Amino acid sequence: MNFVPDIQVLCCHYTSQQILAESKEDLRGDGLPENVTINRVACGGKIRETAILSALESGADGVCVVACDPDTCHNVLGSKRAAKRVAAVRKSLAEMDVEADRVGMFQVERGFHPEFVRAAVEMNEKIMGFGPSPFKNGGKK
Amino acid sequence: MIIAERKPVNEIVSMIRDAERILVLGCRGCVSVCSAGGRREVDILASLLRLGRMKEGGKKLKTIEATLVRQCDREYIEEMDQWDGEYDAVVSMACGVGVNFIANLRPNVRVYPAVNTTFYGASAEQGVWSEQCAGCGNCILHFTGGLCPVVRCAKSLMNGPCGGSQDGHCEINKDVSCIWQEIHDKLENLGRNEELDAIAPIRDWRAAGHGGPRKVVREDLTV
Ligand code: SF4
Ligand code: SF4
Repeated sequence: MNFVPDIQVLCCHYTSQQILAESKEDLRGDGLPENVTINRVACGGKIRETAILSALESGADGVCVVACDPDTCHNVLGSKRAAKRVAAVRKSLAEMDVEADRVGMFQVERGFHPEFVRAAVEMNEKIMGFGPSPFKNGGKK
Repeated sequence: MIIAERKPVNEIVSMIRDAERILVLGCRGCVSVCSAGGRREVDILASLLRLGRMKEGGKKLKTIEATLVRQCDREYIEEMDQWDGEYDAVVSMACGVGVNFIANLRPNVRVYPAVNTTFYGASAEQGVWSEQCAGCGNCILHFTGGLCPVVRCAKSLMNGPCGGSQDGHCEINKDVSCIWQEIHDKLENLGRNEELDAIAPIRDWRAAGHGGPRKVVREDLTV
């Protein structure tokens, strides 16, 4: 089966500022996989558990939260809060016998940075390994 | 306040396996304060339960998300009537009191607990709660410097400490303080340690619920 995962990136405005200034073509040129969608929010601290879960409900095979390095977070605690919420969602997934790694947290330096692209690539590869989301098609892969 | 913790998601998914429409009902009392069953937790659980159903396959789970001011007073339970006929089961995120109360007052409603009600506690620091009282029905804090040996001593000793008290720690676990050491220290600080010379008599535990379910009737308030 030719599986192309739906990867949703939820990221902080400050972390992704320069990334999003790039054109789609440039981003692809930088190595961002085409099946990765970037959703920008005002701050990592704004990302609630429900936003991550709702991405999964909408059919994402993996959700990747990207926020700034915790020590240089523009909003001081935003990235740390995002990490806590990601951890809570991962725990809930594990309770449902779903791979916790379908939701990942990445803390990278602010601005355009290869790590941002690497986070998306890493997530993409991991989800390719897992296969489609167990929440789709009644869990049948 | 009453401290509670959400049950593992798979347990709740299994409780509602034959329901197609559920009312996920939070409570704006204690469980909102300890972030176990308030509005935010209701939204999270509803989403998790929908995902749980999607994983199992079968008919999509419909959810109604709501919170009541409290689930331990009749007038607020009445607000549930607005959803009559719209759900097959209620998943209550209130403490066990709320679940019992809905079960008492709504004989035809299936109600399930989404949280484990753990204890009466206080917020030791953000995100950390510790047990302080067991609702034993006959408070003795006036003898113990305000510190409760019923629930904070592993053996509920009334004349402590026991021989297992070591350097301020309880013998059950080094991370647990010996509350009897704290009681002695507290009364000594207050210059009242001679109060501990009195031997506490054998306790009658009937007031603590060992004589069956308890009830408080206030004649001055009943109508
Ligand atoms: S003595 Fe009883 S009522 Fe008083 S704090 Fe301890 S458990 Fe609660
Ligand atoms: S060590 Fe202290 S707290 Fe622990 S059981 Fe003995 S008296 Fe109670």
